[in-house]
Amino acid sequence: MIDWSGYIGLILQGALVTIELTIMGSALALVMAFAAGLGRLSRFLAVRTLATVYIEFFRGTSIFVQLFWVYFVLPFAGVTLTPLQAGVLALGLNVGAYGAEVVRGAVRAIGREQHEACVALNLGRYHRMRHVILPQALPLMLPTFGNNAIELLKGTAVVSLISLTDMTFQAQVVRAQTGSTLIPFATILILYFAMACAISAGVRWLERRASRGLDGVRV
Amino acid sequence: MEWDWAFVREIMPTLLEGLKITILATILGAIVAAVVGLVLAIVRRSPNPLISRTVGFTADFIRGTPLLVQLYFIFYVLPDIGIRLPPLVAGVIGLGIHYGTYAAEVYRAGIDNVPRGQWEAARATNLSIRQAWIHVVLPQAIPPMIPALANYFIAMFKETPLLSAITVLELMNQAKSAANSSYRYIEPMTLVGVFFLVISLISVVALRWLEERYARVEER
Repeated sequence: MIDWSGYIGLILQGALVTIELTIMGSALALVMAFAAGLGRLSRFLAVRTLATVYIEFFRGTSIFVQLFWVYFVLPFAGVTLTPLQAGVLALGLNVGAYGAEVVRGAVRAIGREQHEACVALNLGRYHRMRHVILPQALPLMLPTFGNNAIELLKGTAVVSLISLTDMTFQAQVVRAQTGSTLIPFATILILYFAMACAISAGVRWLERRASRGLDGVRV
Repeated sequence: MEWDWAFVREIMPTLLEGLKITILATILGAIVAAVVGLVLAIVRRSPNPLISRTVGFTADFIRGTPLLVQLYFIFYVLPDIGIRLPPLVAGVIGLGIHYGTYAAEVYRAGIDNVPRGQWEAARATNLSIRQAWIHVVLPQAIPPMIPALANYFIAMFKETPLLSAITVLELMNQAKSAANSSYRYIEPMTLVGVFFLVISLISVVALRWLEERYARVEER
């Protein structure tokens, strides 16, 4: 009989790494999404081009290829990253590129009259974005951001391939040590699904909060 | 370390060999996904709540968990119950089922967009349910969804490197073995990135064309 408690503990340790990666990756992705999304709407051609190149590059190749590139090729350029740093960097930049399109779409979905009203009220560019456009655009972005966060969570499984000890990696360890395949993989599938459910519940809560006070402005 | 063109020429044939498998896996995966998605979408409309709920939950579960773990599941767990699949077949099934759940949502939206009157007219002209699906509903529902489906198939193409984790000798795996045997990572990894980027950019252009061709059915 196999002592499962120790192995389950191992998988739970991996779950912590997965959660940590998801949170840090999401934070980076959020920053990149706003930077690149608003960058694409910039009035300067150089900023727009830079943002477009970033978005197309990271959306055009998969997270796996980017991760391997960051982990194996960057060291030759003198940048050596730990697996965790490489994972956060690749996941954040990849999902950030998808998020940037969401930011851009939501900001553009805000009606022209809102921009015109801001000009009429003599608000500057920063204040226009910060106090008028973004508060209305945010509720539009949140559902897709939630999906992107779940994609990021699913992407974290890939970091096990650069030997970061996340949940998938630990499941492989358990498989190698016990020879049992069903229990480790079924356990982590359920844990991943539970995390995905937690993310979508959290996003729904945020959505309610963000749209508070916007009643009557839009449906 | 410097970029070495001689090494690029040396590994190019192996990489192209891998690219062939990558494209093969994408095409087969897309076919499986298109079929699985359609079946899921139709079964999910079943009047029996037990069936439609179960299928709905299963689809949500598959969509909420990583493809890599699902591939491991198919590749390592199924042999225990006597189903031993070659890596490529396991990979195609994994890709097909995973993206099939996404395709099911596309089909669902497309089917919902067919006006109710079409159903009623089909039933009124005494077509069976089967005939109504095949001759009335699906021919109207499928063309508008082609761009959205193509979008998911491009996404699937980008996920094929995961198949290297279950020992399929596709592009990424060939690049890894080339890198490991020579300790040169820059060229193989960069080339894999370039291959994927180029094919993705081409497919985005093709996608725009598909959108113009199919997305505006009502306006014709």
